[in-house]
Amino acid sequence: MSINQAVIETHGLTSAEYRRLLDILGREPTITELGIFSVMWSEHCSYKSSRLHLRRLPTEGPRVVQGPGENAGAVDIGDGLIAVFKIESHNHPSFIEPYQGAATGIGGIIRDIFTMGARPIALLNSLRFGELGDSRTGATTRRVVDGVVDGIAGYGNSIGIPTVGGEVAFESSYSGNPLVNVFCLGVAHAERLAKGLASGEGNPVYYVGAKTGRDGIHGATMASAEFDEHSGDNRPAVQVGDPFMEKLLLEACLEVMQTDALVGIQDMGAAGLTCSTCEMGARGNSGIEIDVSLVPQREAGMTPYEIMLSESQERMLLVAKKGREAEVEQIFAKWDLHAVRIGRVTGDGVLRVREGGKVMAEIPNRELADGAPLYSRPIKRPEGLDDLRRLDLAKLSPPVNLTEAWLTLLAAPVIASKRWVYRQYDHMVRTNTVIRPGCGASVVRVKGTDSALALSVDGNGRYCYLDPREGGRLAVAEAARNVACAGALPIGATNCLNFGNPERPETMWQFSEAVDGIAEACRTLEIPITGGNVSLYNETDGQSIYPTPVLGVVGLIKDATRALAGVFPEEGLEIVLLGDPSGALDGSEYLKTAHGSVQGCPAPVDLDRERALQSLLVEAASNRLLRSAHDCAEGGFAVALAECCIEGEGGGASVELPSTVGPHDGFGLVRLLFGEAPTRVLVSVPATERPRLLEMADAVSLPALVVGKTGGERIRIAVDGDVVADVRLEEAGNSWVTGFTRHFESVPWEQ
Amino acid sequence: MKFAIIEFPGSNCDHDAYHAVRHVLGQQADFIWHKDTDLRGADTVVLPGGFSYGDYLRTGAIASFSPVMDKVREFAAAGGPVIGICNGFQILLEAGLLDGALLRNRRLKFLCQDVHVRVEATDTPFTASAELGQVLKLPIAHREGNYHVVPERLADLEANRQVIFRYCDSAGLTSDSVNPNGSVGSIAGICNLRRNVVGLMPHPERACESLLGSDDGRVVFESAVAALVA
Amino acid sequence: MFVTLKPSVFDPQGQTILDALSSLGYESVRDVRQGKFFELDVVADSAQEAMTISTEIADKLLANTVIEGYRVEVDPKRGEGD
Repeated sequence: MSINQAVIETHGLTSAEYRRLLDILGREPTITELGIFSVMWSEHCSYKSSRLHLRRLPTEGPRVVQGPGENAGAVDIGDGLIAVFKIESHNHPSFIEPYQGAATGIGGIIRDIFTMGARPIALLNSLRFGELGDSRTGATTRRVVDGVVDGIAGYGNSIGIPTVGGEVAFESSYSGNPLVNVFCLGVAHAERLAKGLASGEGNPVYYVGAKTGRDGIHGATMASAEFDEHSGDNRPAVQVGDPFMEKLLLEACLEVMQTDALVGIQDMGAAGLTCSTCEMGARGNSGIEIDVSLVPQREAGMTPYEIMLSESQERMLLVAKKGREAEVEQIFAKWDLHAVRIGRVTGDGVLRVREGGKVMAEIPNRELADGAPLYSRPIKRPEGLDDLRRLDLAKLSPPVNLTEAWLTLLAAPVIASKRWVYRQYDHMVRTNTVIRPGCGASVVRVKGTDSALALSVDGNGRYCYLDPREGGRLAVAEAARNVACAGALPIGATNCLNFGNPERPETMWQFSEAVDGIAEACRTLEIPITGGNVSLYNETDGQSIYPTPVLGVVGLIKDATRALAGVFPEEGLEIVLLGDPSGALDGSEYLKTAHGSVQGCPAPVDLDRERALQSLLVEAASNRLLRSAHDCAEGGFAVALAECCIEGEGGGASVELPSTVGPHDGFGLVRLLFGEAPTRVLVSVPATERPRLLEMADAVSLPALVVGKTGGERIRIAVDGDVVADVRLEEAGNSWVTGFTRHFESVPWEQ
Repeated sequence: MKFAIIEFPGSNCDHDAYHAVRHVLGQQADFIWHKDTDLRGADTVVLPGGFSYGDYLRTGAIASFSPVMDKVREFAAAGGPVIGICNGFQILLEAGLLDGALLRNRRLKFLCQDVHVRVEATDTPFTASAELGQVLKLPIAHREGNYHVVPERLADLEANRQVIFRYCDSAGLTSDSVNPNGSVGSIAGICNLRRNVVGLMPHPERACESLLGSDDGRVVFESAVAALVA
Repeated sequence: MFVTLKPSVFDPQGQTILDALSSLGYESVRDVRQGKFFELDVVADSAQEAMTISTEIADKLLANTVIEGYRVEVDPKRGEGD
């Protein structure tokens, strides 16, 4: 068929990009070549709008073994081991078909980790949906939540990797575009780190895993109608995950990697065979020649175009050493997998696709993989932002009953217990989970060593919407703080940047600001970003999501027995608030829940003080000074206190706060109880250790306030001697536990 | 003392069982691949949890046809101790080594949480070191754990004291509210008539170290070790 | 009502069952697709009406039409005389 303007446009290439393609090839492309270029130069694969900004992120550090550019990043954790981790988005597929969208997201991130030679040991996820109770969109949202959670459980549980934690948030801006960000952590021997590269002329190229079908081929219907007869119905946009196949692939690939018969390995994720062949070739300065007629196919009559662009799940591409073929094939056969030799490595740097004897595509690898145009898209600060950032409390009236306001906040879906969610996830398989999901960071031990890793994924779209730069800083600080609360030293991070349409200058401004904020925080806190994912075009009907960077931070605990829980473990402990006693209502959950308002300037984070706080937590935990540590996040001090009591074993608590100086607007107590600010942590400590803790805080000029004691059947907060909020532990617990679950009692059985 | 841990494609608690008996209890353990037809002189056979064959068709159904299962049948017929945990329990039921079936949990969702179970009989190789009525805190992690058996057979099971574990509260009392999955008679685990084959839904291998929240599960494996020595 | 994955959608369960059958010696089985079967007892004035209601139910709840197709059979005699 001829490549006309319409065909080029349906492949999403601009005329400038097409001219660049012509320059590279020196001739007109075949339709297969056009398809290959279109997927490799898509935003998803090429990061063409974001890459110039991403360069500002700090990616190096003494522990970094692998930075961005490979399937996942890796940091040194001692004992000759490395932690391999990455976060990735599966937003759009999860809205179209929540179960399979989320499930295949899990499958993809797991492949990214074991491809690096690491045994995956933990999964986390960060989920954002519309409002559960919305009269118009609530029913759809609940269905999406149910399907996404079910999909994550279905895949993760089956493959036997524990889903140990995560976060779930709700804002109406996500109702037509939920965010499903998934994180996986693996552990590998440092010397066994595998890479996605092809080298050594003549080495065999193997295809292994599920057969190739017409899944997820993006070629527009018009173009496809012209070169084949298949209707749109034959090309499902939804891919179906097969966790059983992936379990076999995982075990077989790790077994193959135990030998030294492997040169390189990569999964076929986005852009499938195209992406894996050209990226492996480009990384190894080699060419790859494959014959698509050898590729195992699920459906009859597939064209080279379809085979190259298919996004069927659970497939891997391997390059083995010549002469070691039998060894590799035997290991796969043990796992009932058939490794098929589909080509070989060449020395000419060209991706050559044959169908039998006929050459269907011939493209220089490096230009294809790395030659996508990079865009410095226009940037513009959104109009109306100043109005948005002005919070006028004079128009609002403070709550009459603080206890009721407290219970309402505890029942807000963002804050309420996510037990309904994480009980569906097997969070204990592999017997490493030291701190389970529920409160703050999760902790998994590293078998064969004394150490453990703490993990947290955090973001706050609302803060970023009001101030993307500060929001970026806050997201890094919070994720790192959660990890530090578990007693772990933050050693590496991965980010998933979820934004709207990059062709809007306002979106690119948000993106650029957020990246700068993340970069600044990572630099000061000395946490390198070792990789991640950018998800753009998150909008529906012109309505963009809140700009939502999500940070996944990994922390190291040298002695797993010193991992700290987030909740009060026993009665009679002293409760100490580290950091400022009062927070701000700007952009807070209180403001939204009680007044339906999203406004103001979120309290900024003082990164030097943040660093001091986190160091103190790590040191105090390693000296066994603390019994628990809990970050004050959404809902402020009062919510943190309630969570520490409800999920803990220490009964209730009685605390007293001093009133603070602030504007006389009637919201002073509200700020004290529900105000939000970074760098605040609620810890419990035996009375005997309290002086040492206060000394340590004093030494770094960190405010530390002994506020009360654990125990009793009530949670009571007094200010300057007057009880301002007081509730039975059981009642608080009931609000917190049912706040989320009540939305799902009527969900019909899953399909 | 040597444990054989049978590995099916899709088993995923195989390494957890291995870790518990090998590294926590310090006993010998061998992985036996499902295509193997030799139990390599094992004293006790463990069918671990997981999703053998993806749980496709029915949980445990395809695995029950694996070549190694003939050897497990022979081993059990000779009186050898066999324990099936979670998916391993499902496989024992599909293989006809134990009575009944496991249905979807009554609230239909996968459930991962700690539960309490009461030891109902101590004359099996996996409960011999426990106290009668002892309450164990063990994790569950399953979607098909709702034990079902026809009423006549249930009466037989009870009459023959084949119920080994029952869901209960921390004080050892059974009630509908502490029955996590709707199992008939709050049944969490049973044995065969000869009492050498035991299946249970909770995961004792996940509760062998206090670092992970409970070591109540050790008694199950310690019983097996003691039973052999005795 | 029979609900099955659309022909082009990958059916990992069917594939796994097919492999198991082949290892049990049933080499003649060429493909397996696993689906669901629902029995609905519908009170309606005509078979046509029952078909309309069932089709609507399939579309709305019992089938996920993004990935699944369905087939409805109506047996007018069943349930008569209740």
